[in-house]
Amino acid sequence: MITLTDVLTLGGMLFAIAVAGVFLNRKNIIVLLMCIELMLLAVNFNFVAFSRFLGDINGQIFVFFILTVAAAEAAIGLAILVVLFRERSSINVEDLDTLQG
Amino acid sequence: MESIYLTIVLAPLVAAVAAGLGGRLIGRAGAHSVTILGVAISFGLSLLVLKRMLLDGMGSFDGTVYTWLVSDGVSMRIGFLVDHLTVLMMVVVTFVSLMVHIYTVGYMHEDPGYQRFFSYISLFTFSMLMLVMANNFMQLFFGWEAVGVVSYLLIGFWYTRPTAIAANLKAFLVNRVGDFGFLLGIAAVLYYTGSLHYATVFARAGQIAAGHVAITSTISWSAISFTCICLFIGAMGKSAQVPLHVWLPDSMEGPTPISALIHAATMVTAGIFMVARMSPLFELSQTALSTVLVIGATTAFFMGLLGVVANDIKRVIAYSTLSQLGYMTVALGASAYASGIFHLMTHAFFKALLFLAAGSVIIAMHHEQDMRRMGGLRKYMPITYWTCLVGALALIGFPGTAGFFSKDALIEAVRGSHIPGAGYAYVCVLLGVFITALYTFRMFFMTFHGKERMDEHTREHLHESPWVVTLPLVMLAIPSALIGWFTIKPLLFGNFFAGAIVVLPAHDVLAPMAADFHGPGAFVLSALTALPVWLAAAGVFCAWLFFLKKPELADAAQRRFHWLYRVLVDKFGFDWFNENVLVAGARRLGGGLWRYGDQDLIDGAMVNGSAQAVGWFSSVMRYAQSGYLYHYAFAMILGLASLLMWIIWRT
Repeated sequence: MITLTDVLTLGGMLFAIAVAGVFLNRKNIIVLLMCIELMLLAVNFNFVAFSRFLGDINGQIFVFFILTVAAAEAAIGLAILVVLFRERSSINVEDLDTLQG
Repeated sequence: MESIYLTIVLAPLVAAVAAGLGGRLIGRAGAHSVTILGVAISFGLSLLVLKRMLLDGMGSFDGTVYTWLVSDGVSMRIGFLVDHLTVLMMVVVTFVSLMVHIYTVGYMHEDPGYQRFFSYISLFTFSMLMLVMANNFMQLFFGWEAVGVVSYLLIGFWYTRPTAIAANLKAFLVNRVGDFGFLLGIAAVLYYTGSLHYATVFARAGQIAAGHVAITSTISWSAISFTCICLFIGAMGKSAQVPLHVWLPDSMEGPTPISALIHAATMVTAGIFMVARMSPLFELSQTALSTVLVIGATTAFFMGLLGVVANDIKRVIAYSTLSQLGYMTVALGASAYASGIFHLMTHAFFKALLFLAAGSVIIAMHHEQDMRRMGGLRKYMPITYWTCLVGALALIGFPGTAGFFSKDALIEAVRGSHIPGAGYAYVCVLLGVFITALYTFRMFFMTFHGKERMDEHTREHLHESPWVVTLPLVMLAIPSALIGWFTIKPLLFGNFFAGAIVVLPAHDVLAPMAADFHGPGAFVLSALTALPVWLAAAGVFCAWLFFLKKPELADAAQRRFHWLYRVLVDKFGFDWFNENVLVAGARRLGGGLWRYGDQDLIDGAMVNGSAQAVGWFSSVMRYAQSGYLYHYAFAMILGLASLLMWIIWRT
């Protein structure tokens, strides 16, 4: 029997992996976008789990919203990425430090 | 009657505006015609008012012409109070001013600022008339300040001379000190009586007398003394009493007609007039009267001494003005207000005469003012010589002249006074008589007698001044010689000032004298046996001996008493003190505040300091801004985590 705890643990692990990915990745900005996507999925996982175990369908509706937003965000993110690459000829995270004070 | 008073005041103003703003249009002749006409109208109408009051028995006038503003029950109005005191001042002011106007035609005829000068002196007359005719403190203050402003303009009339600029600035600043006290006095009057109108204030004088000014919780001053002394500080500034006298000798930088106008009629008499006008207040405060008495006596004697060492002909007369103003102030302090005003009137005539005569000499000497380069002018300028002699005799109080009646009565009044300080004042005024005679005749002998010390070129061009100059001299010499005979009885012992001047019976020093007064002739005879006349004679003799007969005696005395001579030449160090202590102190304080307060504290610590603090803080903070995305993400996660922790732990 799969309990709520198991599912939430899985969600937490996915989220942790995503965070670790953001921190550890120093090379590729696409990986960063993927990590953010993964975080959103981890959250979706939690929504579905609660919806299932608490018997409330609203949680799953929310998941659809998040998926939509995530899709839009990925589109914009990739567009920015393309422009960035044209501009700097690089998508290396280490090179992108123009915000430095 | 209102329209008469308005015309008296406004005629000089209109003339001043016409000559000042339309000077180019109406030309030089137009400027002097219009201003002389304006002042002549004022003089004529003042005489008419005097005649109506004296002969037709017209009562005094107290009315409002225009209400400027009413705020919280305090109304500020323009109005006229015309009683015997005012009308006397009006006649004196307009007469002397008229003489000065006529004289100026001759004195200034080569000056490029001719129209401007006429405009100023008319404005001066207007200001003084506003001052003496006011029926409230507001208008009095207006006249007071207007007189100050115009005197500033006139003393600095030759504005390209650095000394004139320094002198007018000095006059203005010293007067400001006095005016500050005066303003405080007016404020005190308003505070205690709730009104600025003379009649109301005098009716409520008791309220001031009952009041106290709390300095600390335990020390408090009597409000009436405080008020009167503050008002008197104003009078000290305008009427040049020690220690606010320093501006008056320097005001000699102005053209001579101005010196005559300032010294005789329009400015320095304002303080004396004001105190006499405020007699209902001053009578209530023995302390204030005593202050007035002591300061006046000090001025009368010590400023007279300075005249003995001055070499500039105008400065000698200026110091004599200081000394004579001291006499008037002494009279005020002794509660003999009528005597003070009487001396003011006679002094106005003979002092204007002396100044105009000095001016006539200066014209003849081609603007040379140093008496050491004059001498023997008698035969070149007979009219100036004789009129100046009349003025000098009146000044020293030669029996029968106007100055004799006023000064002798004044000294007698001081002797009868019992106000604290009266003994000191009596000694001062008595010695002052000797000093007055000494410096007056020193000036007279050095100018008109003795060796001719001028250079050859000047001597060749020496001649009597034109009639516009000598006419005012003669016109002024007549009252200087004679007016005492007619005025002493009504002014001092009659009830001319009844209602205008209030004297408490306990202070009244003129009443006992009235009992001994048997007409001016007897007054002259009895004075011949009294001390002042002999002191004056001794002064004249000394002047003759030291400066005419044996000048080497004067030089010997100067060497023998060199320290005394130095003290006198340094004018008792008042200028030194002002320059090195007050001015330098203020400059040092200002410099310190600028250096440490403004530059270091405000600019350095506060303005630039806060900017520097922000800069320093940001320079530290910028190390946190690496620019790497993952650092920001880490910070966000960390923040989120700590926020969550906080929420969890809190519950």
